[in-house]
Amino acid sequence: MSAQMQGWSDAQIWGIIAVLAVGTFLIRWSFLGVMGNRPLPLWAQRLLRYTAVAVLPALVAPLVAWPAATGGRPEPARIAAAAVTVLVGLATRNTLAAILGGGLTLVAAMTLI
Amino acid sequence: MSTPPPHPPAAADRRALVRTPAQAFRHGMVQALPFLLVLVPFALLFGVVASAAGLEVSQTMGFSVLVLAGASQFTAVQLMTDQAPTLLVLASALAVNLRMAMYSASLTPYLGHAPAWQRALFAYLLVDQTYGMSIQHYERHPRLTIAQRAAYFLGASVVCCPTWALVTWVGATTGNAIPAHWPLDFAVPITFLAMIAPMLRTRAHVAAAVVAVLAALALAGLPSGSGLLIAAPLGMAAGALVETRVERTRARAAAHGPAGGA
Repeated sequence: MSAQMQGWSDAQIWGIIAVLAVGTFLIRWSFLGVMGNRPLPLWAQRLLRYTAVAVLPALVAPLVAWPAATGGRPEPARIAAAAVTVLVGLATRNTLAAILGGGLTLVAAMTLI
Repeated sequence: MSTPPPHPPAAADRRALVRTPAQAFRHGMVQALPFLLVLVPFALLFGVVASAAGLEVSQTMGFSVLVLAGASQFTAVQLMTDQAPTLLVLASALAVNLRMAMYSASLTPYLGHAPAWQRALFAYLLVDQTYGMSIQHYERHPRLTIAQRAAYFLGASVVCCPTWALVTWVGATTGNAIPAHWPLDFAVPITFLAMIAPMLRTRAHVAAAVVAVLAALALAGLPSGSGLLIAAPLGMAAGALVETRVERTRARAAAHGPAGGA
């Protein structure tokens, strides 16, 4: 496959991979590597606890509301799929079940509408 | 991600303590197997999405082998597809991984005395699954030796991490077989929502997510998704704030005693 990601040169892509690899390693290594047994300050623990749960929804919300695939128009099928994903995830506490629920909803809604 | 472990039956504790490192390694491997049910479809999807976005197989593998962090890999590819500026791609993908600083901190009392090269290896292999399994195991069996802990961690890693890379490769090389009209653009939102929903265990987690979503929608007009850089910290602050509130209320209730209705 000779497809090239639009707008990005090979060097830029590898640069991003390299920075993310080193940065992610340093995050993981941080305390294990340097801090020894000193505990993290409480306020930092508090903020870090909510990074994933804040960053990921913030990233997703505009993609659900104004999907690029529909030219930015809100679309019932995608909104329904997102809602089902969240509801199944909340009810089952199971990521895989939520993915399946959302995926099936999207396919079903797109074939019906 | 883990509920506090119940007090271990004495027999299980005794079994854990007499394991040789080789046995502890195998024990970690076996206990990691169920996690493949989540990891395999997720890795497959990353391979497919990345190659649909135009990444070469080698680049897709670069992500899965060198970065080795699912959510941030998806974040980076999504933002690159959206033509976001490089700095935003890097900042967002790294922000997604900040939770791992917490993992690192919480494992330090258990693995902090291992040799430096081993700690570097643990750091590279520290993913949601290996962390969740290990911390639960260590808390349940506080008297394990360092060698037993390290072996258990590596056993879990050897199941999870190479599988992640291998299945990514399968997705990246077979992704072309997927019909073009499939709504693959929505794979990332669904996957992320599916990861987040089970994490919404407390009022603070819900507050963090709701504030982040509202802010992201309100700031969507900002250039190339830079609203994320404001919305995410707002959400984190909201989560921390609610947690502080809840704790304070609880402390006050405890001080008043169970009978002192406040």
